[in-house]
Amino acid sequence: MVNLESLYQELILDHYKNPLNKGLADNPSASVHHVNPSCGDEVDLNLIVDGESIVSVTWDGVGCSISQASTSVLTDLVQGKSAQEALKIIDAFSEVMSSKGIIGGDPEILGDAVAFSGVSKYPARIKCALLGWMALKDAMLQAKVIR
Amino acid sequence: MTLDVARIKRDFPLLSRKVRHDLPLIYLDSSATSQKPVAVIEAESDFYRLHNSAVHRGAHLIAEEATDIYEGARIKVARFIGAESADEVIFTKSATESINLLAYSLGQSDTKSSFHLKPGASIVVSELEHHANLIPWQELAKRSGASLRWFPATEDGRLDLSNLDQVIDSSTKIVALTHQSNVTGAITPLSEIVKQAKSVGALTILDSCQSVPHFPVDVRELGIDFLAFSGHKMVGPTGIGVLWGRKELLNQVSPFLFGGSMVTSVSMTEATFADTPRKFEAGVPNMAGAAGLSAAVDYLESLGMEAIHQHELSLNDYALAQLKEIAGLRLIGPYENIDRGAVFSFTLEGIHPHDVGQSLDDRGIAVRTGHHCAWPLMKKFGISGTTRASFYLYNSLEDVDRLVEGIYETQRFFTARGF
Repeated sequence: MVNLESLYQELILDHYKNPLNKGLADNPSASVHHVNPSCGDEVDLNLIVDGESIVSVTWDGVGCSISQASTSVLTDLVQGKSAQEALKIIDAFSEVMSSKGIIGGDPEILGDAVAFSGVSKYPARIKCALLGWMALKDAMLQAKVIR
Repeated sequence: MTLDVARIKRDFPLLSRKVRHDLPLIYLDSSATSQKPVAVIEAESDFYRLHNSAVHRGAHLIAEEATDIYEGARIKVARFIGAESADEVIFTKSATESINLLAYSLGQSDTKSSFHLKPGASIVVSELEHHANLIPWQELAKRSGASLRWFPATEDGRLDLSNLDQVIDSSTKIVALTHQSNVTGAITPLSEIVKQAKSVGALTILDSCQSVPHFPVDVRELGIDFLAFSGHKMVGPTGIGVLWGRKELLNQVSPFLFGGSMVTSVSMTEATFADTPRKFEAGVPNMAGAAGLSAAVDYLESLGMEAIHQHELSLNDYALAQLKEIAGLRLIGPYENIDRGAVFSFTLEGIHPHDVGQSLDDRGIAVRTGHHCAWPLMKKFGISGTTRASFYLYNSLEDVDRLVEGIYETQRFFTARGF
């Protein structure tokens, strides 16, 4: 049975309380602003790349615990990865989110982000979990490191 | 209590549903949409079962029945809101469409018309508006060159009318306001506003989505010119809305949608249009929706709109007293039970509305979270959103208790996790 405890896992709450990479770095390769129009939550995200690899992803924003924690986990996960690897991770996460609770996600690829698999059982929260992830994808497109 | 809520709840099949963890549903989202009584569900399905036929045209018995049902609904709605005649009631698909129809058609008025908008003219709204009564006017202002003005919101979520005669002045052509805020619950005091609008020759348009379902509304008593509301917030079906307007004004407004059923004659190069309301109802209308709306009006009248209002006032007293006591709870709206509906938007310190909503949902309590289609108001209050619990005729004092208990449990849940 899905319940609040399984949704709000320790790891999610930790990231919410102590978010990683929060605070925008200067001189980004791309800078994006995304909004979840259904709730008004916002994220600003700065991406710095060197060639094809991600040097830093920093962010700022207001939002619920799910959106904030999920963005924090993401920024930690993709640091130092190539843009293609980051895209693979984002796609894998999107697949988990659209699985209605069927796919738990591969911890090898998703790391801490598997903690969010419970979110996919709550359609209203999927956009929260994806807010930062879609922002990063957009930033990578703008920085022209993916197509 | 003025209403027998236990009996009323039995009229609404959905309210006996179980939700998460097999808990009984506590439905506190009626400002978004109300639940439907059996009488409404049956009226809509009976239309399809027994009377389905295109209104106004068939040369057969069931077409006559369908026309009687559809036009009967118009008469019933007209009486319900105190309209002069049924011709003043236009069926649309939603209140949103009603307002868009008006904004579009008023914008089409030719230069000789008193409705004609040009640079220098102003349209007045308020900071409390639902997007549906804001964006159509923003767009009309852009198209016409008129300026958009608004009454600001006060700290307690009401309209700030302190500059009434500066906001509505001789340049003002249209005053479009909410009758009751879907966020704060504040009811707009209309008499001074309407008086000022009339004195400068401006049209008054009321978004009544949150008022017509909840307390007696009489358009002639209010002295307004147009009014829009939807069926689904007043125990009626989705897909049907109403635009009411004074007949002499509707006669001057050009149609919005063109096509079948709205003409008097057509040639290959031009057409002449029927009188109101037909000229505004091109195409085969939502006949089953009208049948359902008619049953909804019957249902509300069987309880009595004044009794519904009194019921909500007692819910207000009971809820406000308890909500005030919750540490960390900030009500976005009036704290006193004066000129407010049973709508409670709030924030909880340290807990995002979406997390509050999730936690309440886990306890079987259905609320809405977010900006409630009133984004500018959220910005005014410096918040991204609220949790909103909205009550209606089928909600009891026990539902208030469940909400309050749910809020305390939510605070305990997240506080225990270091929020």
